[in-house]
Parts: sequence; structure tokens; C-alpha cells
Amino acid sequence: MTALDTRPPDAETQPEVFEDVTDPPSLIGRWTRRVAITSIVVFVGLPIFTLLIWSFAFRWNFPDLLPSEWGNRAWAYVASDSSRTFEGLWNSTKLAVLVTIMAIVVGLPASRALGQHDFRGKSTVEWLLMMPIIVPTLVATMGIHQIFIRMRLTETLFGVALVHLIPAIPYFVLVMASVFANYGTALEETAQSLGANKIQVFRYVTLPAISSGLLVASMFTFLISWGQYVTTLLIGGGTFVTLPLVLFPFLSGASHSNAAAISLVFVAPAIIVLILTSRQLGRDSSAMGGFGKL
Amino acid sequence: MTDVSLQSLSRRFGDNVAVRDLSLDIESGELVAFLGPSGCGKTTTLRMITGLLRPTSGDVQFDGESVVEIPTERRGAVMVFQKHLLFPTMDVAQNVGFGLKMAGVDKSEISSRVSEMLRLVELPGLEERKAHELSGGQQQRVALARALVVRPKVLLLDEPLANLDANLRITMRQLIRSIQSELGITAIFVTHDQEEAVMLADRVALMLDGVLQQVGSPDVFYRSPRTTEVARFFRNGNFLAGTRTGSTVRTSLGDVTVDSARVPAGDGPVVLTIRPEEIQLASNGSGQSNVIPAMVTSVIYMGSFTRLVLQVGDSTWHVQGPAGLQATEGTSVHLRLPTEHIWLVEEDSVPQETEGNVAV
Repeated sequence: MTALDTRPPDAETQPEVFEDVTDPPSLIGRWTRRVAITSIVVFVGLPIFTLLIWSFAFRWNFPDLLPSEWGNRAWAYVASDSSRTFEGLWNSTKLAVLVTIMAIVVGLPASRALGQHDFRGKSTVEWLLMMPIIVPTLVATMGIHQIFIRMRLTETLFGVALVHLIPAIPYFVLVMASVFANYGTALEETAQSLGANKIQVFRYVTLPAISSGLLVASMFTFLISWGQYVTTLLIGGGTFVTLPLVLFPFLSGASHSNAAAISLVFVAPAIIVLILTSRQLGRDSSAMGGFGKL
Repeated sequence: MTDVSLQSLSRRFGDNVAVRDLSLDIESGELVAFLGPSGCGKTTTLRMITGLLRPTSGDVQFDGESVVEIPTERRGAVMVFQKHLLFPTMDVAQNVGFGLKMAGVDKSEISSRVSEMLRLVELPGLEERKAHELSGGQQQRVALARALVVRPKVLLLDEPLANLDANLRITMRQLIRSIQSELGITAIFVTHDQEEAVMLADRVALMLDGVLQQVGSPDVFYRSPRTTEVARFFRNGNFLAGTRTGSTVRTSLGDVTVDSARVPAGDGPVVLTIRPEEIQLASNGSGQSNVIPAMVTSVIYMGSFTRLVLQVGDSTWHVQGPAGLQATEGTSVHLRLPTEHIWLVEEDSVPQETEGNVAV
């Protein structure tokens, strides 16, 4: 038998305010935070700082701690047409945006199916999805290259975007499938029974619930496309120039300063995207992003 | 004001039959509980009523008209789940007003109906709270208000109180009951807790293994369960087999008189049962009718009462006695079975451990 209710019947009706769960972090939490911040500064901040110095160095010989002569020659080169930096920047951006959109269109329904439904052959689909991570992209791209030549997709933006989808889709779908699995179907079913049609359910219930996860997955996809070199080189045939294609020749020698300047242009979007989305990542609901609380 | 009729409703998942040939008429304004252990098909039935799941065969009718072809969003059967109660990105007012917004009701009417509904669930003035700022009980009330504000034809509650603590459950039961009768809405709720079903529902429908076992007012399940399994589910595991002739049942422990006017008719092999709380202890067995010998196996003090576990013939019985009951383990006692409380049940086809369901 249940114990008799000794509380006044209206005890529950008193509005209760629950304190926000932003307690001061525990000692362990504080140290984890310090270690994390230090790591970010050391592993991300310092190399970028070094690049910054390099990009303004005119002469920097061993064993000088700092360049003996400064100059903006590298930046002038980056800004010049002959460097093709702007062309690469523009192509890379177009490409990454297109790949992200395509990943959303293809990946969202797929990840929903994987996260929320059980169906025959689900484990096979999951396994196939992992293939691009297991098999080197180069191998797959070589084969695809032949087919794309026949289909006249080589040296086109769309063709390169299609190839970038191969490494991007697994990450996108993995993140989003866990978002959908966390989120479940009860809220959508509730909304539906309250009279919301499919479009309304998606707009008012599904989309707000998955938005931070979607942002994270899109960011991944954007950056994966942004960093592609070999696939772009093969399918783009060297005529479709992205930023990595501009950058790579410099890494093998000629000018450290030029390489440093272009590298900075190359990493800038990653850092901007990270800063823009860090608020989303740090929110309580980031568990929806499949990462737990960061 | 809608009556609901389920006609030979069945649902299969592959080779698995989740609900088998279920028929039930629910009157307008009635509160019916689907009771059963998890996996018995009660939630599946609820989902078929809302339209979230299509029946394999059979029909669902609202006011005599089939609704099987009507999609969930236009059916007017609103579901309240036990988890994922509120839309997390919306505040209380947006949550409660959701259904009205979807229906295109204008803003001022939404806000007045939302406030009215929040008063009804005793949460006035919480419109601007976010879902995560509310306690479990408050979230449950908001979810209820959100369902009721659209004036649903049928309100469906899937284990609505399962996540709440014991005290809160009692308060919420009373609230659901009073709102439901005030609005005169037809409501169906699903629970695995027989106590909750009994306290809340006008009628209880007990489901086991996808089959509707018995339907009736709550007391029916205590006074006259149809089968041994139904009796067990309502915590009565006291069974004694015998052969009936008229109002006498001959058992291995002596003759027992039953009330022929009350118990089901028919002579032959029967199983008699009596609830633990109706059994009396007799000083000795000589010369009294309806007294059977037993051996005390254990004595459990339960605070407000004492539970005796006894060996009766070759089965285990439970007797519920007063708190101050003096009994010693291992001694022989006699049990008096008052005629008016003896009931005859059908032996369930699936043999089960007697003690399994007799929880305290």
C-alpha cells in the first residue's frame, strides 16, 4: 500500500523555481577546464601565432628568435591575382556550402531512419556508411574518376562536391543519427495528435529540437570539404582550384612566408565557424549534438 | 462528447501479435483504464486509437463512424506521454497554445484559452516559464493543459504518472479525475499499476499478452475475477481446486460451501479463491463449516496490517490480518473462509508460479 499523503493537497501547486544548474564547477571540473584551455592555447593558438610571425617575416634565419627583417611581401603576394588565393577562397567556399547543403538533403532523412527506426538490413547500412572512413578516399576516387569522365562531371563544381560527400556523409549521418536517437519520436507524435501536420511538426518541433546538432554536423561537413586536397585534385583535374590546391605547392619549399599567409587564410574559416558555434556547443542542449556537455 | 468503439482490433508486428481481436465500447465521458504489465499491448492499442499506428485488422469508431482512415492530426484523439512531456524550446504558454496555433486560432483567443486552462490545472501565471524550469509534476500538468485546450474528442494518457513520486501521483490522480469529470471528456489511460487503475477509472480493461482478459468496474476485479491470472494480477494468489456439486465444493482439505446465487453456475471441477483480506483465523477446525487447516510459513509485519504466508494443501496462500496479529511461524492454524467472499475462477491455460504475482 502507498503511504497516506500527509502533505496538504495544494503543496504541489505552489510555483517552484528550480535553480539553474550553473553551480560553481567542482575542483576536478575546474582543473579539467584549465587543462582544456591550456591545451587549446598550446596546440591551436601557438601554431597560429607562429604562422602570423612567419607571414610577416622577410628574413628569419637560424638561430634568431624573431625575424631579423619584417615585411608584408607574403600578404601582397596572397592578395595578387597570380597567387590565385581569391579564386581558391571563392571556390572552396562555394564548394563547402554546396557539400553541406547536399549532406543535409541526403543525410537528414538517412540519419533519422538510422536513429529512430529499426529495419531489415540496418546494420548493413551502418557498415556501408563506415566504408568511406575505412577505405582510403583516394582508392574510391580513382574508380569514381573513370565514371565521372564518362559522365562529364570532372572539372565541375558539382562533380567535386559529389566526391567530397563521400568522406563527409559518414560524419554527418553519425552525428545526426545520435541526435535523432536521443530525441526520440514522442514529441513529434504529441504534436501530431495535437493537430500539427507533417510540415508543422517539422518546423515547430523537430527543427528546433535538432538545430544545435544540425549546426555541429553541418560544421563538420563544411570543414571536411574545406580540407579536401587529393579528391579535389583528381576530380577537379587541377583546373578547379581550391584553397588547399593553392596552398600545397608552397609547403614543399619556395617561400615559408607565402605558405604561412595562405595557411592563415585557410584556417580562418575553421576558427570563425568554431567561435560562432561554440555558444551552441557549450549549451546544455549540446547533448543533442551527440557530444554530451562540453 | 464522443463515444469510442473498438471492434475486433488486432495488430501484428511481423509474426508477433501485439493485440489480438480486442473489442470494447467506451461511453462518452467515461474514463477507462487499460491495465496490464509492460508488453501486454495496451500502448499499442492506444496508438491505434490516435492513429499513430494502423490496425492490422478491425476498426476504431468515434461516435459510430470509422476513423481508421483519418490521419492523427485530424482525428482529435490527443496523446499525453510519460516522458518527453513538453516542447523544450517553447515556454509554458507556447506549449499549451501549440494545438490552437496549429489550428490557426487567433492570438488573443489563444492567450485567453491558455490562461483559462492553466487555471484549471492549478498553474495560473506560469505562462512565461520554460519547460526546464518546472518540476516533474508541473510539467505533467502543463502537458495535460496542452492536450485539453484543443477540446479533444478523446484524451489518451500513456502511463501519465509513471515518472512522478508517490505523493505527487496521488495529487495528480485527483486532478486528472476532477478535470476529466468537469469537462466530461472521454478519456483512456494506460497503466501497469492496478492501484492507479482502480482509483482513477470508471472501468478497467485488463490486458495480458495482447488479449483483453476482463472489463468491468474496479471492484469486479477484486470480487469476481474471471481467471486465476486476473486474480493474480490483483494480488490474489489463493487458489484451491475442488469438485463442485450445487453449493458444495469438495476439496482435499474438506468441504467448502459457496454462494450459488453469486458464483458462476456449473458443477464439476472448479478452482475456488478468496482474497487475503477476507480470510479469518479460526481457533480450531472442529465442527465448523468452511474451515480449512493451514501451516504458517512466515509472518510479515507491514505496519498497518500483518501478512501471513501459509501452506494450504500443496499451495501457498496469503492472509492479511490486523497489525497486532499474534502468530508463530511453523504452527498449524485454521482458516475460516466466509461463504459470501468465496469466488470461483477459471483455471488459466498457462500454468504459473503461484507466488510470482503476489507482491506486497
